[in-house]
Amino acid sequence: MTKAEIVQALYSQVGGFSKKESADIVDRVFEMMKETLARGEKIKISGFGNFVLRDKNSRPGRNPQTGDPITISERRILTFKTSDKLRKALNKDGAPAPTANKP
Amino acid sequence: MTKSELIDAMAEKNALTKARAELVVNCIFDSMAEALLKGEGIEIRGFGSFTVRPYKPYSGRNPRTGAPVEVPPKRLPFFRVGKELKELVNASRAQFAITGGDDPDDDEDDEDDAEAGE
Repeated sequence: MTKAEIVQALYSQVGGFSKKESADIVDRVFEMMKETLARGEKIKISGFGNFVLRDKNSRPGRNPQTGDPITISERRILTFKTSDKLRKALNKDGAPAPTANKP
Repeated sequence: MTKSELIDAMAEKNALTKARAELVVNCIFDSMAEALLKGEGIEIRGFGSFTVRPYKPYSGRNPRTGAPVEVPPKRLPFFRVGKELKELVNASRAQFAITGGDDPDDDEDDEDDAEAGE
């Protein structure tokens, strides 16, 4: 799914917006989420998941190509935690084939 | 920020009624959840992408009691942060403390979640 398909879903399902307006609105939602995360604020979307921020200290690591030891600098990272509801819906018909949809 | 705060902000900044903004925000996340349920990935340029990853069954332990548990195979969405957002978030570290969570680690219900890599 691409942003264009989300725009199409909004255009066909909500109604009352032109295609251009639908596209602008979808852009605004993601822009607003970006601005929120960029001021250090987490986002919780019930039924979908949480966008969680974490501050990591610097730690020793290695250059995976050369094996040389390096220091990984301190950083702030963003992770996504799937909501319980979506996680259950994804796994509701028993055990999924673990080989399906391999990355 | 919660979903209802996102709805309020969308209504306010885009001259939408709250009811319309609610339809909009719900439609966006519902359509994204539907895509994931179909096993389909989602790509939002500048923001990030979601893929559905399968996890094999494994034997784990309840972190609180130490009791062994068999974790069944499962599929979970995996979010990969887009380059632009990754940089924005990291740059914000110097300026803003992390807010928006009463639960510092957000891990009250995720004992079987794999820690997301970098």
